[in-house]
Amino acid sequence: MQDIDNLKELDKKDEKDEKDEKAEKAKEVRRLIIQMIAEANSGHPGGSLSMTDIITTLYFSIMNHSAANPTWEERDRFVLSKGHACPAFYAVLALCGYFPISELMNLRKLGSILQGHPDHEVTPGVDFSTGSLGQGISAACGMALAGKIDKKNYRVYVIIGDGESQEGQVWEAAMSAAHYKLDNLCAFLDYNKLQIDGEVEKIMNIEPVVDKWKAFGWNTLRIDGHSIEQIIEAVGIAHKTKDKPTMIVADTIKGKGVSFMEGRVGFHGVAPTRDQEQQALSELM
Amino acid sequence: MQECKYILAKSGQDFAPYKRALVMLGESNKRVIVLGADLSNSTEIDGFRDRFPDRFFNIGVAEQNEMNIAVGLAIEGEIPFVHSFGVFVTRRVYEQVCVQVAMQNINVKIVGSIPGLTSRLGPTHQAIDDLALMRTLPNMTVIDPADATEILQAVPAIAEHSGPVYIRMMRREVPLIFDPEKYHFQIGKAACIQEGQDVTIIACGVMLQNALASLPLLEQNNINPTLLHISTIKPIDTTAIIEAASKSRLIITIENHLITNGLGSSIAEIIAENGLGNTLIRMGLRDEFAAPGTQEYLFERYQLNSRHIVEKILEGLKNKK
Ligand SMILES: Cc1ncc(C[n+]2csc(CCOP(=O)(O)OP(=O)(O)O)c2C)c(N)n1
Ligand SMILES: [Mg+2]
Repeated sequence: MQDIDNLKELDKKDEKDEKDEKAEKAKEVRRLIIQMIAEANSGHPGGSLSMTDIITTLYFSIMNHSAANPTWEERDRFVLSKGHACPAFYAVLALCGYFPISELMNLRKLGSILQGHPDHEVTPGVDFSTGSLGQGISAACGMALAGKIDKKNYRVYVIIGDGESQEGQVWEAAMSAAHYKLDNLCAFLDYNKLQIDGEVEKIMNIEPVVDKWKAFGWNTLRIDGHSIEQIIEAVGIAHKTKDKPTMIVADTIKGKGVSFMEGRVGFHGVAPTRDQEQQALSELM
Repeated sequence: MQECKYILAKSGQDFAPYKRALVMLGESNKRVIVLGADLSNSTEIDGFRDRFPDRFFNIGVAEQNEMNIAVGLAIEGEIPFVHSFGVFVTRRVYEQVCVQVAMQNINVKIVGSIPGLTSRLGPTHQAIDDLALMRTLPNMTVIDPADATEILQAVPAIAEHSGPVYIRMMRREVPLIFDPEKYHFQIGKAACIQEGQDVTIIACGVMLQNALASLPLLEQNNINPTLLHISTIKPIDTTAIIEAASKSRLIITIENHLITNGLGSSIAEIIAENGLGNTLIRMGLRDEFAAPGTQEYLFERYQLNSRHIVEKILEGLKNKK
């Protein structure tokens, strides 16, 4: 009896260690985002930090993929529809081994493989080029549809922005994914409540956004987008859902993890100064 | 060398002329409505927004909707100015612009920010084909201003003009070339800046700056050029072009755009259709999307600097002999 209790304790401890490890990974990604944008002196920190927990969890705990073979046919696909947030994507790809971490410091430099928007022609691990908003989610539908046609088991993940959701094409994609019953497609809405000009609610309200996705025929969940447990659980539900694509509306904070960036519209597309970089890194220790 | 009558003695830069021009227009014309798509500071419409909040509408990241809302406003007699980066108000909304704005000859003013290689953000954000797309549309007037003076004068002029207009818009530090006292922008009118007999340089938009910078270098090489500035790509000033073409055998065009269906192509058409028989060199992007990078880097990489203009002219003159 005692032994079993001990084992349970140990299990719990393992779980806790694993949880800490995942949180630590996300922190590492955040540090890299800050460092590479500060080094480039341009880029989009706010929307990169808001989706960090989602993309880190996808690549480290959920997706089947291989850095050694970025075009492996059976890999799960990923599309960053809100392409400007690519620093988070690049950091995760580097930590997974798609290219050296040192490459991150070449963000936006002339001739670098890491430019201001994801470009699948130059960056290993990028399946689809984005930068013009509202288009990535349609491509994700196409990839999921191809998976159905070819009877492949891969799954397709896509992250869209809340400002991006104002594009009509997002809703055309929503309709088609439900129509084709793309249950191999799982989307995240990085619901950080901000776009360039201010609060999404004041610029062009997208509410009631959960009801909208439901009405479009999607299995729709709402989570805390900074809770790794909730992200994993939601993707688990998506995986089990038949005949419907899943939309995970993730409540997030723009600039998450850096006190002076959190909830601040000014850090949408502005790099931290060197001093701000130091402060941010100390907060992310 | 003949001194140009319009050019400031000391040219420099002017900060955010469009922002001021739009506020001034708002003061004088109450029918002007400004539409934006989540890029208020970047497109310099924030001044108008703060001054005339009742006539400002931020449609969100939804350019197609923005364009057709403008059409509805214009049908009711308002004068809408539609804004986003040049790529998004042309490529992204092409069908809307074609079928609603151009086909019905609707009085919508389309303002495309950060044209061509003045955007450092890479191919998704660099409008290198906007002149081509817009020039192709019947009824559309297409303008690529070279400096702050032209911007300040063109904004009220396009509001006055009845019918659809596409105008490229530089932002923040904009070249200041023309003397506002002496220069008078007119839609459809070219400006002959200098007359010479060895070569005819024809420039538009931000490239006028580089063309002007090539003049002293050409002088060093004893080359005396004609320099013609075209700010209205359509309807183009055919008379001025035919006259400039008669000055010399060699013509060189330079544009912040693909060489296809922008300035260079327009000139080629005029030369061919009028049987002028000039030799034409077109400078601009050649059948490729541009790389990301600073304006200086991109002008160098795509060989669009004053030095390259001189090299091309020397080459052209040598081949002629
Ligand atoms: C079609 C298109 N229009 C405009 C832009 C310019 N732009 C880049 S980011 C952005 C705001 C996006 O807001 P959101 O989706 O909320 O991004 P996040 O808050 O996640 O950074 C805009 C308007 C673009 N990239 N593409
Ligand atoms: Mg947002």
